[in-house]
Formats: sequence, C-alpha cells, structure tokens
Amino acid sequence: MATKASRSAARLMISPAVILLLCWMIVPLAMTIYFSFLRYNLLQPGNSPFVGWENYYWFFTDPSFSAAMINTLVLVGGVLAITTIGGILFALLLDQPMWGQGVIRIMVIAPFFVMPTVSGLVWKNMFMNPVNGIFGHLTQALGFAPIDFFGQIPMASIIFIVSWQWLPFATLILLTAFQSLDQEQLEAAEMDGASWVSRFWFIMLPHLARAITVVILIQTIFLLSIFAEILVTTNGGPGVATTNLTYLIYVSSLLQYDVGIGSAGGVVAIILANIVAFFLMRMIGKNLDA
Amino acid sequence: MGRIQLKQVKKAFGDVEVIPPLDLEINDGEFVVFVGPSGCGKSTLLRLIAGLEDTTSGSIEIDGEDATGLPPAKRGLAMVFQSYALYPHMSVRKNIAFPMRMAKVPQEEQEKRIAQAAEALNLTDYLDRRPGQLSGGQRQRVAIGRAIVREPAAFLFDEPLSNLDAALRVGMRLEISELHKRLKTTMIYVTHDQVEAMTMADKIVVLQAGVIEQVGSPLELYRTPRNKFVAGFIGSPKMNLIEGAEAAKHNAHTIGARPEHISVSGDTGTWKGTVGVSEHLGSDTFFHVNVEGFAEPLTVRAGGDVDLHYGDTIYLTPDPALIHKFDGNGLRIE
Repeated sequence: MATKASRSAARLMISPAVILLLCWMIVPLAMTIYFSFLRYNLLQPGNSPFVGWENYYWFFTDPSFSAAMINTLVLVGGVLAITTIGGILFALLLDQPMWGQGVIRIMVIAPFFVMPTVSGLVWKNMFMNPVNGIFGHLTQALGFAPIDFFGQIPMASIIFIVSWQWLPFATLILLTAFQSLDQEQLEAAEMDGASWVSRFWFIMLPHLARAITVVILIQTIFLLSIFAEILVTTNGGPGVATTNLTYLIYVSSLLQYDVGIGSAGGVVAIILANIVAFFLMRMIGKNLDA
Repeated sequence: MGRIQLKQVKKAFGDVEVIPPLDLEINDGEFVVFVGPSGCGKSTLLRLIAGLEDTTSGSIEIDGEDATGLPPAKRGLAMVFQSYALYPHMSVRKNIAFPMRMAKVPQEEQEKRIAQAAEALNLTDYLDRRPGQLSGGQRQRVAIGRAIVREPAAFLFDEPLSNLDAALRVGMRLEISELHKRLKTTMIYVTHDQVEAMTMADKIVVLQAGVIEQVGSPLELYRTPRNKFVAGFIGSPKMNLIEGAEAAKHNAHTIGARPEHISVSGDTGTWKGTVGVSEHLGSDTFFHVNVEGFAEPLTVRAGGDVDLHYGDTIYLTPDPALIHKFDGNGLRIE
C-alpha cells in the first residue's frame, strides 16, 4: 500500500494535526523566549524595553538559584531511587500468588489516582503535623518528642510524599515486566544451581532493565516539574530548603511580578530538562534497542 | 553414573491425581523415552525427576541415594527445555558458562569445558553472539551445551525438538543419539512423537493419563504391544483395529493388523474393499480402503509402483501370523 501517491496523501492528511501540535508547542515557547529578553514587570505596566541577557544574569546570580538547582536534582534523584527500588520489591511481592490478589493490586495502585494537591495536604495535616498528625501521636506515645517534618527535614518529607505518589506507577510497570518473564528461564537457572539471589541478579534484573529504563525516563520528566506538593506543604521553605527550579520560576514571575526573569528561568528549565533527557537516553538508551 | 529409581511416586494437584503411584527403573547409560499423547503426564513425570515439582508421595532415588527432597541443583541432573530457556541477555559463551559460574568452577576449567562443548556442538563461531541472533537449531545446541558442561549424572530433555522444522528435527535427532553414544550418560527424553521415540530410545515408556502402559525396547513394543493403546500409538501409520464379527472369527474382541502386514491383490483375498484416498510417498504408497462391514477404513501399505486409483476394487489379506488380538478390556491375548 505504500505507493508514492498513498504516501503523499497520508502526509497531506496528517498535516493539520501535526501543524496544530507544532503551533501548540512553538507559540508558548517563542513567547517565553521573547519575554525572557524584555524587562517585563507587572508592577511597571506599559513599559517593557528589550534588555538582552540581563534577565538571565539576574536569574543566575539570584542567591536561591544554586540552591534550587541542587534541590531539583536531590528531589528527582531521591524519588527515582526510592520508587525504582521500592517498585521492584513491591512488584516481586505482588507477583506471588496470594489470596485477594486483584483487590490488593488495585489498592496498591490507588495513590496514583489521588491529586498531588490533595495528597500533599493530607500528608501535611493528617500525618506529618507535629500536633495533630498520626506520626506525632505515635512518637509521643512511644515517649519521644514529635518531629516537625516540614521544619526539621523538609526535603526528605517532600521526597517521601512524592515517592508515595509515584511508587504505584513504578510498581505497575515493573509488575507487568515480571509477569512477562519466561518461567522456564527461572527453572533452567534453578537447575543450573543458581540460588534465589543469583536468579534475581542474573535473570530477573536484566529482564527488568527495559522496564526500569521506561520508569526512570517517564518519572524524570514529571519529577523535574514537581510543584503542587511544594506549594501546599512548605511553600519552598524553610528559607529555600525545598525550592526547586519550578518553584523558583513561580516565585519570580508570580510573587515578584517579574515576568521577564520568570521567562528566563523557564528557558533555563527547558535547557536543563533537555540535558538530563539527553544523558538519560545515552546512558540507558541502549537498553531500549536490545 | 546415573541410575534413577522411582518408587510409588505419586503426583496430585489438589484433588486431581495427575500421576497415580508409579514404579520405574532407569539404568545407568540408558536412553529412555517417555512417550504419550498430550496431557498424559510425561512432562510432569520428568519435572518430578528434575525436582521442579514436589512429589505428593513416594520416593525418587538417584544412584541409590534418596533424592526426593533435594532441590533441583543438588540432584546432579541437567535439563533441556522445550523453549530452550536460554538467557537472552547473555552471550552464548556466558549462557554455557552459567552453571559452572554458579558452581564456582575455576576460570581455566570453565574455558576448557566451554571450548570442548562448543567444538562438539559446532558452536565455536557463535560463542560471542546472543541467543536472539541464532537459528532454532543453534539455540537448541546451546541449550545442550549448557547441559553438557555440568557433567550431569543424567540429561533430561523436555520435547526439545518440537519447535524445530521437520528437516532440522531429523538432523538434531541424529545429533542427540550420537551424543548419547559418545557420552554414555543416562538420558531421559520426553516426546509425543512416536517416531522420535522409536528411532532414539533404548527403552520406551508409554504413558497414558499418568499410568505406564508398557515399558520395553522399541521393537518389543512394535511386535508385542501389551494393549490396544500401545498398539495404536506405536507404529506409523497406525495399526488398523477392527472390532465386531471379523474379530469374533479370531476369538477376540478386537484384532489389529499393521498397514505393512496386509497384502494387496487385484483378484483374491480375505477382505474386499474399494480404494479411497491414497498417499504416495515414492518408496511406499498408503491406501485408505473402505471394506464392507468395517466401521472405519483400513490403511494398507503397498509398493511405490502399484497402479490403483480412487474407487478401484481390491482384495486385502492380513498376514495371519502377525495379527494382534485383544480382549474386551483392550489387553493382548497371546
């Protein structure tokens, strides 16, 4: 069917969709880049001159910038480590035959359906609050002083909440990967004298490599733009302890009314995401070919 | 050494008894084939010997020692799976090395054994490829190589040739037989293909619904099948089984005559029939003949040059010395 005529007809017919999608992406990107070169402050309306790289200069020299970069990487790295390792363990567990398997699987997946804002607030007020929270009650019942999660260990708390949200996703993908593993391979390894640990390390883990790649790539894209969980719990604080790049852009453009610097931050975020994606692809891309 | 004894071995999944208590003795160096129709429990029996399934009751002895509770790795057996079960992310070399790596065999020894196995199986040029880059026959040989390097007490084959095409299957059949002659190790081979069983086995175990119907050398089973099931299962094409008045003449419930033991004539004979479909194989021709009064058409063998066509009338005469007689329970009458 792939004649010359049908191919050009196909191109013609998909072009409206492609053009629409392209505009959808190009227009906001172009406007962001354009704004990033203007002195554009909402407190000084009507006057937005072209200022070249000035916005970028101010954004990079902002004292919270380096903290935000480090926080972003810590947040992404921490959540990835917890969800990947935890996901493998959960998938191993759920792969075992057990009573009520279907219900248990749905319950494990449930956190993924809770909106980030809601889960952030529930964790903050019902669990991690030192006075009203369950954790506070538990530590007090054991005779210890309650931990002020968002005051003492703000970043770890955020990582915990986000991991709770993303663990089901990782578990689900890795569980399906486990289920596609040929049982005869495991039996062959058993005959070959491999212990459970060896079977896990030499047979199961390599089989999961591709699924792990998918989990890491997809999660990285979403984790770079974590925002709601920070907004409703710590507001980026204390100080800048939980300000990531997304949150810093929000602070510049909507709290300081400086659209120019905010746009410059947006451009930086786009570049950073592309650098991360590039390295991730190169590092684990070969797993996708095999 | 590889002497395997099953004593009253029974396997049940829940309430379903797959293998009723069964005794079997496999001597050192024998090539034993488990054969039977799909679902007869032959693979389960092999997995019981391998240790991949637990016996419900009874005991399995390997070289005189009780191995019933031993994990698969400790039994000193190697298995070749139907799907080959190669490790897809490892090269051929690493696949073959895997059991030795698990057993912590020294590196030089590993290299030596891999080289030997690759030499014996014509895999030397493929050692650095992945299983995905190999043909079916080569994968099969890698699976055998992985079994050989362990120097097991016995090899277990679970329908290893069923994924190969017909020509390759004949070739691999010879290779496995040759390997057995060379290594002189006990081999247990599971198949549903009676041709494989006949050509390769020293001893055939015919199974039906988990019960051993008969144990014996290929020719024993061919010449003196103990019951109707074995008679119909061993031999290709199948034995003709005739019931009713014709069988009563021989004082039997059922009589059996193999297609190759019935002579064909144009003018005289015991049975008169019309030729149905014929299958020309060149050396032989198999005719399906409809005989009046018989429920099913008979299959008969004639030479390759016989000139008979659809609808022709022919006369058939079974060799009286080679008629098999069975009673109402399907058992052989001598």
